Amino acid sequence: MQFTNFPLSPPPASNFAPEYDAIFYVLVALTVFFSAVVGIAVIFFAVRYQKGTKADRSRPMYENLFLELTWTIVPLVLGIVMFYFGTSLYVKMRTPPKNATEIFVIGKQWMWHIQHGNGVRENNTLHVPVGRPVKLTMISQDVLHAFYIPAFRVQEHVVPGRYTQLWFTATQAGEYHLFCNMYCGTQHSEMGGKVVAMPPAEFAAWLANEGQSASPLSMDQMGAKIFNKVGCNNCHGAEDTLRAPSLYGIYGKRRVFADGTSQIADDEYLRSSILRPYDHLTAGYGETMPVYEGQLSEEDVLNLVSYMKVMGTTAANQPTSIVNRHSAPTTASGTNEATSLAVNAVQADATDPDATPTRRTGSPAVGAVAAEGRNR
Amino acid sequence: MSSTDTTLGELHPQPHREAPSYLDDGHTIASWLLTGDHKRIAMLYLISVTFFFFIGSVAAGLIRFELTSPAGVVLESETYNKIFSAHGVTMVFLFLVVAIPAVFGNFFIPLMIGARDLAFPRLNLASWYMFMTGGLCILIGYIAGGVDTGWTFYTPYSSLYSNTQVTLVLVGVFVSGFSSITTGVNFVATIHKMRAPGMTWFRLPLFVWSMYATSLLLILGTPVVAITLLLVIFERLFKLPIFSPELGGDPVLFQHLFWFYSHPAVYIMILPAFGVVSELIANFSRKRIFGYHFVAFSSIAIAGLGFLVWGHHMFVSSQSMYESVVFSLISFLVAVPSAIKIFNWTTTMYKGNIVLHSPMLYAISFLGIFTVGGLTGLFLGSIGTDVHLTATYFVVAHFHYVMVGGTMLGFLGALHYWWPKMTGRLYNDTMGKINAIIVFIGFNLTFFPQFILGWMGMPRRYHYYYFAPEFQAYHVMSSMGASVLGLGFILPAFYLTMSLINGKKASSNPWDAHGLEWQTTSPPPTSNFLETPIVMDEVYDFDPVSEHEQDMKDQAEHPSDEDQGHMPGGGHH
Repeated sequence: MQFTNFPLSPPPASNFAPEYDAIFYVLVALTVFFSAVVGIAVIFFAVRYQKGTKADRSRPMYENLFLELTWTIVPLVLGIVMFYFGTSLYVKMRTPPKNATEIFVIGKQWMWHIQHGNGVRENNTLHVPVGRPVKLTMISQDVLHAFYIPAFRVQEHVVPGRYTQLWFTATQAGEYHLFCNMYCGTQHSEMGGKVVAMPPAEFAAWLANEGQSASPLSMDQMGAKIFNKVGCNNCHGAEDTLRAPSLYGIYGKRRVFADGTSQIADDEYLRSSILRPYDHLTAGYGETMPVYEGQLSEEDVLNLVSYMKVMGTTAANQPTSIVNRHSAPTTASGTNEATSLAVNAVQADATDPDATPTRRTGSPAVGAVAAEGRNR
Repeated sequence: MSSTDTTLGELHPQPHREAPSYLDDGHTIASWLLTGDHKRIAMLYLISVTFFFFIGSVAAGLIRFELTSPAGVVLESETYNKIFSAHGVTMVFLFLVVAIPAVFGNFFIPLMIGARDLAFPRLNLASWYMFMTGGLCILIGYIAGGVDTGWTFYTPYSSLYSNTQVTLVLVGVFVSGFSSITTGVNFVATIHKMRAPGMTWFRLPLFVWSMYATSLLLILGTPVVAITLLLVIFERLFKLPIFSPELGGDPVLFQHLFWFYSHPAVYIMILPAFGVVSELIANFSRKRIFGYHFVAFSSIAIAGLGFLVWGHHMFVSSQSMYESVVFSLISFLVAVPSAIKIFNWTTTMYKGNIVLHSPMLYAISFLGIFTVGGLTGLFLGSIGTDVHLTATYFVVAHFHYVMVGGTMLGFLGALHYWWPKMTGRLYNDTMGKINAIIVFIGFNLTFFPQFILGWMGMPRRYHYYYFAPEFQAYHVMSSMGASVLGLGFILPAFYLTMSLINGKKASSNPWDAHGLEWQTTSPPPTSNFLETPIVMDEVYDFDPVSEHEQDMKDQAEHPSDEDQGHMPGGGHH
């Protein structure tokens, strides 16, 4: 719950942000000024000239050309000035520098597919270098989308049948929201992810390493990836549901089965329940879970069990659950820690070659990946 | 006004009434559903739009409830999308565009210009039937599965991708569009040809001027959106290649055609409210409106310029940079006539003799809220700033400041102002005032936080925001405000309905207002006036100076009666 968190502006993280914010705050000042003028005048008149008060009402005025011209010309001039600044910023936004690094974006219901010049691909996450202009060339595979990075103050529609462009230079390293901001269907609100702005050297290393981060994942982190990928998260959430029990804190607890017997949930039990769930069906549940025998490697199972031991203990260890959504992964700080926020389907995962097509291997096409998340 | 006490005393023993009121002129259902009387048709519209407003509000309530939690509360995304679409479609096409013109325009244009009825009474009735047919199609569409495109129906999502009842709802919007066109034609013909002797153009109340401007927009804009939506239906049903690139069409073309109507439609929604506010400010300041000609012509200027700014909805749509620059410039120009109006209304109150009855409180709220709504439009008209703000909650807040704070407050103001004339009953004015304050507080609490949300980058039409929990505090504030605002919309239903049961009978002119509609009985007879009125005096012909002197004299004579003058009386003569 974030009831004490009242942020007042998005982080200014691109070359456009300072100029943008200056224009924005001038407009805020104009709005406050004129609203105050009208508001105070109206209240003052309503009090002072209320029927029965002893105010001077002699020589009432009904027309006055000077006043009319004043409040025609003053807003007009102010408007033209603001038009000039707004337009000049916009022209900059629409004129990418020649030396900009080009990155390609494909929008698709409901994911972003991003391809770097050297062939590195990522989904729903865009890595960019700080201090270097980046130009995005974008197209949609189906309906209209919009590529929107609030922290960079940039947005442009992603249109089927034609290329659109936007450019920016990130100025602060960090992780920022990436949103689809053109309504595109059922899971529109989850078509997003993050933009990771990295120092140039780090970015170059990331790119050279085919988009893999240097640090390896722990077993439970890998388990979490598998948990989300094979769809365990579709039914096993933070709380018991009609379909499946929650797995939070399951390790070491006594489980009662449909046939009345019971057993402590140890490694052996967890492994067999993943591979052959109906051997020991938990009391109160039907035979709905798929049998994973032959579907998962022993390595996957080890990682999954390892994940179940820590599941739910920290924010990062929560599944990107599709059930019990009020427990969906949020971070307490409210900052841009978009880490585990793999939105909807399957997030690009450079460290797990089976997860998503981050590299040009024989992995499934973009469409297949998006389908994976919802056609269950 | 002379009264020759004649007939019908037995049935309705009212000594002041010369002819049966339009409400008593037949009590059968057929006498309402087959009526040609503009006043009865207006009442039919009032009931219909209130019903549709209720539907749209329930949808709004669900949206606000759902957004209190970053990961939703009760709805699936699919349902959420249908709910916000139902909210938009209902409110725009079945309430905002229709409400003030079809209810108050219908009822009061003939009364204000001294005519017996609108120029084409049967066309008027036909337009209500078209509206209801369209509304029914849309409602059936909701029940049969709903529509999930948003009220904007952007292609190619609406034409090829959505699996919902898009066709049925589009047919509904298409049919109800014709009701707009016929209403507009009817108003233009009436205002041109049926003014009473002496009612010159510059003696017209400003409400009539704004209705005239609205009618022009209805007639010129609605056919374009009708054809556009028809093309979407054809693409959906017959794969006619118009908008979808897969078939060889252009998705951006739809946006041009759609906003060519839908931007003027914004003015269709707000101009009538401008008209209402002009009436309220003048009549409750007891003073001729300041700069009458500027206020009147600024409506026409808005109607004209309003057709040349549609591209400001499309700054990030991939339209050409040069197009955007031109549209932005004209958008700044169209802000000027609105500013002129605001300043003229404010100045009208200067040296007035202001009576703060409930309609006036709605008008004052309108001034404050609409000023903010208009000024925040500059953020969106300026292209550079629009790039970040477009399609975020900033836009949502902006147009709700204009549509709810503008049109809806105008509607409430008009309802409170003309209710005694329409029904012949006085409602509880204190309740009206309290309610105006509830609406003002609830409104600002609902929509002001949304400006900040949009500035932070919260996209509109988002069901979940669990990936951005920093938005939650503002969403919760907004939802709390919506509960207050909801109360402000429910209360009038009670005290206005109560007034029909036990309200005091209204005199012809309970507000001491100026205008022909106040010279006939409340409620008016079917023929509006027993004799065609002849207009001798100027519009808003008040004399605040002598009225004030009279007040001072009364006070000196009866100091204890001071407060009595503030209650709307059954008769002041």
